Amino acid sequence: MKQSRMKWITIVAALASLMVLATAGCKKKEAPPPPPPPPPPQPTASLTANPNSIQQGESTTLTWQTTNATDVTLEGIGAVQANGSQQVTPTQSTTYRLIAKGAGGTQEATARVTVTQPPPPPVAAAPSDEQLFNQNIRDAFFDYDKSDIRPDAQQALMADAAFLQQHPNIRFTVEGHCDERGSTEYNLGLGDRRATAVKDFLVQQGVSADRIRTISYGKEKPFCTEHGEPCWQQNRRGHFVYQR
Amino acid sequence: MLTLPAFSQDWIRTGTGLGVEKVRLAVPDFKVATADATTPPLQQVFDDVLWNDLANAGIFDMVSKSFYPLQTPGTPQELTIPAWGNPPPNASMVAFGNLGVTGTDLQVQGWLYDAKNVSAPQVLGKQYKEPSSKDSARDIAHKFAAEIIFRLGGGIPAITESKIFYISTRSGHKEVWEMDYDGANQRQITRLGSISLSPRISPDGNRLAFTTFAHGSPDIVIWSLELNRFLTFPRFGGTNASPAWSPDGTKLLFSSSRNGDPEIYVVDDNGAHLKRLTAYKGVDISPVWNPKTAAQIAWVSDRSGLPQIYIMDADGANVQRMTDTGYAVSPSWSPNGQFLLFSWSRKWGPGEPGGQDIYIMDTASRQWVQLTREGRNDFPSWSPDGRHIVFQSTRSGSEQIWTMLADGSQQHQLTFTGSNTMPNWSWK
Repeated sequence: MKQSRMKWITIVAALASLMVLATAGCKKKEAPPPPPPPPPPQPTASLTANPNSIQQGESTTLTWQTTNATDVTLEGIGAVQANGSQQVTPTQSTTYRLIAKGAGGTQEATARVTVTQPPPPPVAAAPSDEQLFNQNIRDAFFDYDKSDIRPDAQQALMADAAFLQQHPNIRFTVEGHCDERGSTEYNLGLGDRRATAVKDFLVQQGVSADRIRTISYGKEKPFCTEHGEPCWQQNRRGHFVYQR
Repeated sequence: MLTLPAFSQDWIRTGTGLGVEKVRLAVPDFKVATADATTPPLQQVFDDVLWNDLANAGIFDMVSKSFYPLQTPGTPQELTIPAWGNPPPNASMVAFGNLGVTGTDLQVQGWLYDAKNVSAPQVLGKQYKEPSSKDSARDIAHKFAAEIIFRLGGGIPAITESKIFYISTRSGHKEVWEMDYDGANQRQITRLGSISLSPRISPDGNRLAFTTFAHGSPDIVIWSLELNRFLTFPRFGGTNASPAWSPDGTKLLFSSSRNGDPEIYVVDDNGAHLKRLTAYKGVDISPVWNPKTAAQIAWVSDRSGLPQIYIMDADGANVQRMTDTGYAVSPSWSPNGQFLLFSWSRKWGPGEPGGQDIYIMDTASRQWVQLTREGRNDFPSWSPDGRHIVFQSTRSGSEQIWTMLADGSQQHQLTFTGSNTMPNWSWK
């Protein structure tokens, strides 16, 4: 089809030149040799982006014009009209390329859209290590008169260890606490064993021992002062404290 | 020798003169000897203190004042011996005398007479003179009582001038306090604004070892009562708790987790020659020497589960478990080396109700007798005469310090304000 159209254009052009020659022939005896047919015109193409610099998430408008093109493509978008515009929302800096093809050849035009990152949010909004520590770290709770790490405490401490490995600059204290039952002195020893058990578990999980301080408060600093198991359970714990 | 009432086992003897037939002692009020208006209030203090000292001694049967003859004897000449030696008073001994303020001095004359020995009745005759004050009246009464107790109690020095050191929350923090053995003159010693625990007075009465959080983690410190400052003693790292003086005052036992696990250590009083005595996974804490021999140590270990009382030689050898069940803590070794006191919850465990009571155990036979039956009772400490015990109890609704005789009788409360715990009786 393309070929036949080209042929038709050629014939029309030939006929026209013959008519010119015939007219001239009436005035002059000898007709000059026919000039070669003019080459097909070269396509033109232009492409602009307005604006050409946007923040991530914003849009820009691409506008293009072509002439003498039979086949116009915007790379990455597809075939487009010879002239047109389109809104695009690139996520990163992009060079758009317009390709205009015609009988006279191919012409390209480019337009670069620069995508900038949005400015960082104010510094105060970023959580500090201490806030992250307090949000993420969970205490380990113990059974009566025991310093063994029980399954629920294992889960908590494994999550703690993962967090602590992601934040290797955090140093902290593990406090050993006991419920009100039994002797003040013995509970100081028991609280020490609990704090050490938590530390040992974290070290096994890969947390460096020199980041961890331990202290036993025995039953001297209870979290809750009622008399009964719900409260006692709250007080039998290895408690994490961020070290400034 | 004494046969204690038996509750769970047959009997136990304390060997302290408690329970021998008690001397029937009459103590009439002292006679006011001068017209000075300040004398009667001092006489009231003196009479109260003297009576309490003698009544608390554990070796007298105090003859009720309602049986006394109407005339108050102020001097031997005024004492009609048969009126006291025969019924109704039927006293064996009479302590009497006079006191008066002369100028700025309080003068006291006191006698102890044997009411059954008309021909040579005088056992004691004493004179005292101190600057006039209630403190002096109290002090002289303690001294005169001590003479009577020493003379009639088998030559064992009296405890009327001994002190009790303890922890009180009265200031808002757990600080070390001191009081007379009868609860008088309660005063704050430390002002550290932290948590201080386990005060232990040295045998010479000049130095106080205790645990404090004042420097961060719990450490042993030694406070000089003479210099009012800390003496040099190292920080060992980890949890350091429950100091105990050797009978010669040159060494301390304590528990330290400096190597990861609470173990018993012995160290010189300047921190030199640290030596570890136990090596068993678990809590080892609350050590005390046998004060008679210094050859053995009693302490608390949870190596077999719940904490129990153990004894070992002073070098850590010959470990023996003394309690067979329950939860046993806070040992105190009697001055004569024969008995252990401790706090025991015989049926205590997860889900078990039960009392925490003071028990006395004969170390040779391991026979024991329960001494308390109300509230939660802990931290027994022997008096220097071996006849008395001070301890903490919750029976009045809060933690307070109580005393009793070593047979469990005459239990009475010494502190009433704030929370008062961990009493430690001076060595003399």
